[in-house]
Amino acid sequence: MAKMTLEELRKLRDSKKGELDKRDTEGKSIHIIIGMGTCGIAAGAKGSLDAFLDEIEKNKIKNVTVKQTGCMGLCYVEPTVEVKVPGMPDTIYGNVNVETARKIIKEHVLGGKLVDNHIFDRPAADIVKK
Amino acid sequence: MHAAVCDFILDCLQNSIEAGAQRIKLSIIETQHRLSIEITDDGCGMTEQELKKAVDPFYTDGHKHRARRVGLGIPFLIQAVEQSDGDWKLDSEKGKGTRLGFFFSSDHIDTPPTGDISGMLLQAIMFDGGFELEIERRLEKDGRTDGYSVKRSEMIEVLGDLNDADSLIMARQFLKSQEEDYLLEKEDLIEGDR
Repeated sequence: MAKMTLEELRKLRDSKKGELDKRDTEGKSIHIIIGMGTCGIAAGAKGSLDAFLDEIEKNKIKNVTVKQTGCMGLCYVEPTVEVKVPGMPDTIYGNVNVETARKIIKEHVLGGKLVDNHIFDRPAADIVKK
Repeated sequence: MHAAVCDFILDCLQNSIEAGAQRIKLSIIETQHRLSIEITDDGCGMTEQELKKAVDPFYTDGHKHRARRVGLGIPFLIQAVEQSDGDWKLDSEKGKGTRLGFFFSSDHIDTPPTGDISGMLLQAIMFDGGFELEIERRLEKDGRTDGYSVKRSEMIEVLGDLNDADSLIMARQFLKSQEEDYLLEKEDLIEGDR
């Protein structure tokens, strides 16, 4: 692959702009927040981030916001990911490796079903924003 | 302890952002025997005394993790650098900013793997905030120089909100293309060495 120039990036964006403009983002967007502290990275959060982006691209899911955050205080189950989908309870998943990340997109985001055995819904008290 | 050089870099960039920097410069320069990193920011800076404390693993300002008694970011970096025949330099001026430079000797057995540079850069630009990040990546080997430079503001200008998944996917493709091409050229050079 040759180095992409900013112009080419702009063209790529413009070709997708039609789709982007059609969005109705008010209250309907999906949030995926990945714990990217030292503990998360050591546990493979970078691979999970990549897997989320791959699946979002592959399934052409729109209105998704992907953010990174620091340590959520659940270092023992890193990588941790908070998933907010309209109409579903906000959920914190733990042990989200590449495979689980793909499963979350398929089952939680697309299927509307929580992914078993990975739910750690309560963040540690010391990171809850007051 | 971080596994890869990229993790150290990301950690330091996060320090700059948390120090309130508006303008951060990152250079990653690879020569025959060295991988050199320099991060300059215009954040809150440190006094001479704070600078001494920053390299002490048993010091933390306590703002980020109230119950924590250690601050291991810089100390671990120093340890990793020193155990692999590298060197480091940390300068700072209170209220002006901080400059951190370090290098690893590429051929030392204890030098950590470089890691995924394009992935690290993607993470660096997706941190929250209005800061500018200027990235300079250069390869200087066998009298040949190559590389690329990217600015966070340029990418935001082209892509819009960088937390939007579509923007991130395009940004990832863009950064990967810079790095893939670059690595191919690096392989050519290695071939040339033989």
